[in-house]
Amino acid sequence: MRRYLSKEYTFRRKIQVYEELFFRLIMLLASLLIALVLLQIVWSIFREGVGSVSWEMLTNTPKGGFYFGKEGGILNAIIGSLYLGLGATLLAFVTGLPVALFMNTWLAPRKRLVNLVRFTLDLLWGIPSIVYGAFGFALMIALGIKASLLAGIIVLALLILPIMIRAIDEGLKASPPGLTEATYALGATTSELSFSVLTRQCLPHILTAILLSFGRAIGDAASVLFTTGFTDNIPTSLGQPTASLPLAIFFQLSSPIPEVKERAYAAAVILTVIILIISILSRIFTNKYSRNTIKF
Amino acid sequence: MSLWLILMLAMPVLIGGGLLWKSWSLLHDHALGELLLSTRWRPLSGEFGFAPFILSSLWVTLVSLLIAGPVCVLSAIHLTQYAPRIVLKVMQPVTDILAGIPSVIYGVWGIVAIVPLVSRNLAPLMGAETTGYSILSGAIVLAVMIIPFVLNILIEIFRSIPIELQEASLSLGASRWYTIKYVTLRKALPGIVSALGLGLSRAFGETIAVLMVVGNVTIIPRGVFQPGYPLPALIANNYGEMLSIPMYDSALMFGALILFVIVMVFNLAARLTIIRYEKVSQ
Repeated sequence: MRRYLSKEYTFRRKIQVYEELFFRLIMLLASLLIALVLLQIVWSIFREGVGSVSWEMLTNTPKGGFYFGKEGGILNAIIGSLYLGLGATLLAFVTGLPVALFMNTWLAPRKRLVNLVRFTLDLLWGIPSIVYGAFGFALMIALGIKASLLAGIIVLALLILPIMIRAIDEGLKASPPGLTEATYALGATTSELSFSVLTRQCLPHILTAILLSFGRAIGDAASVLFTTGFTDNIPTSLGQPTASLPLAIFFQLSSPIPEVKERAYAAAVILTVIILIISILSRIFTNKYSRNTIKF
Repeated sequence: MSLWLILMLAMPVLIGGGLLWKSWSLLHDHALGELLLSTRWRPLSGEFGFAPFILSSLWVTLVSLLIAGPVCVLSAIHLTQYAPRIVLKVMQPVTDILAGIPSVIYGVWGIVAIVPLVSRNLAPLMGAETTGYSILSGAIVLAVMIIPFVLNILIEIFRSIPIELQEASLSLGASRWYTIKYVTLRKALPGIVSALGLGLSRAFGETIAVLMVVGNVTIIPRGVFQPGYPLPALIANNYGEMLSIPMYDSALMFGALILFVIVMVFNLAARLTIIRYEKVSQ
């Protein structure tokens, strides 16, 4: 066979083989690079900060002279962030779950409308958090609310609502139509279908959506910059300003005093650990609760 | 329920309208062209030229896209066409975690890892001198931030390409790479462009991480080793003095409005392209 092939052909064939090899190599390198960058990020955050994480820092609020490197901790920021994250996630879940269910039960026959809603949610998801922050600020002035925990929760809820709805919606979309038909055949109402059948069927998706939104809410800095203020105390009511971890890191890092900077790095470690835990939890949930879903 | 849904649909309009309303007093006093094109930024004497900030934003975003784009496309081809399933399984959590890391953590990483890298290694290599707080540092950090986002969309796009198309090419005797180059990539091109467009608009609005490494000097950058002052950083940095200088709050709201409009236009175009593309390929 070989001798029928011209010299030029074999040469071109060879080049093609090498070209493929070359591209396979750099493609592999691209994937490797992405994985390595993640390791590098986690490693450099931990290297800088893990030495300064201490029990004292986790359990104290800032004391006098804290911002000059004296005693105290960042408990105010940790608790503040948890309040903000939990509050916003709760608000977004309570308002978002019905929307997602509504889209997939009542509105399901009206495909174009549902697609329009999905499209709008995707657009909303693309709006930068600083724009949400500025909009929230304008809203606060218009409504006469001061910078507070409540304002922060509302803006964060607006920010994560599109993610929450779309993530639950993806799960609902994938649930088998036979399940809906079977439920109706048993004489169930649409709300029974929504809240007893579909929520259980999509439980892994719903849990993932909640964790995803919580992670986004707890880590976002740009939108709370305008709306929560900053304080050294732990807020005791919704009307008070609150600190948050991202802002604590951001403010302390801009300080020229080394001790304060060290604390910013330590706070970064804490935030990273929270995010990693969320990520692992969502993976566990997805695997564990998938058993309850009916597959056709 | 329907009311809530209508409110949700009206949300983009509400946000745009709210920002426009707040920036109205600035727009009333200054010509739009002057605001967008003038390079003079002196809030105290009432001069608001947004050009340095818009140009800085463009620099940072475009450079970050130049870094992230090729990496994402190559990796997406690798993961969907060549790699065994297990590699994709491993990469899924990697991109998920990368996407979940908060912006401020990326900023800290930028300061401890990227800024020294740029000032000690990359700049001397190019014969430039810099503190490291520069457009390039911002772009590298941004590139890493948009990689998981763009990569996930690209993987979806490569997966949605009909397998018959590739089989037809392979059955004609084309090699694997030849098929990817002339069939798969050609088919995926609109999808790739819109995925990059989405990445671009994501990068455009990113605030804290960029703000921490980009230097924040009000100049028109002339190279990647110079500092810049992107639009989101301007808004975030000055919210404190916002109410003490006349028109300043209005100017910052106008900054947010510019950001909103640019991001919306990119998002709309990219999403519509993806939708049309998916319709065609089905």
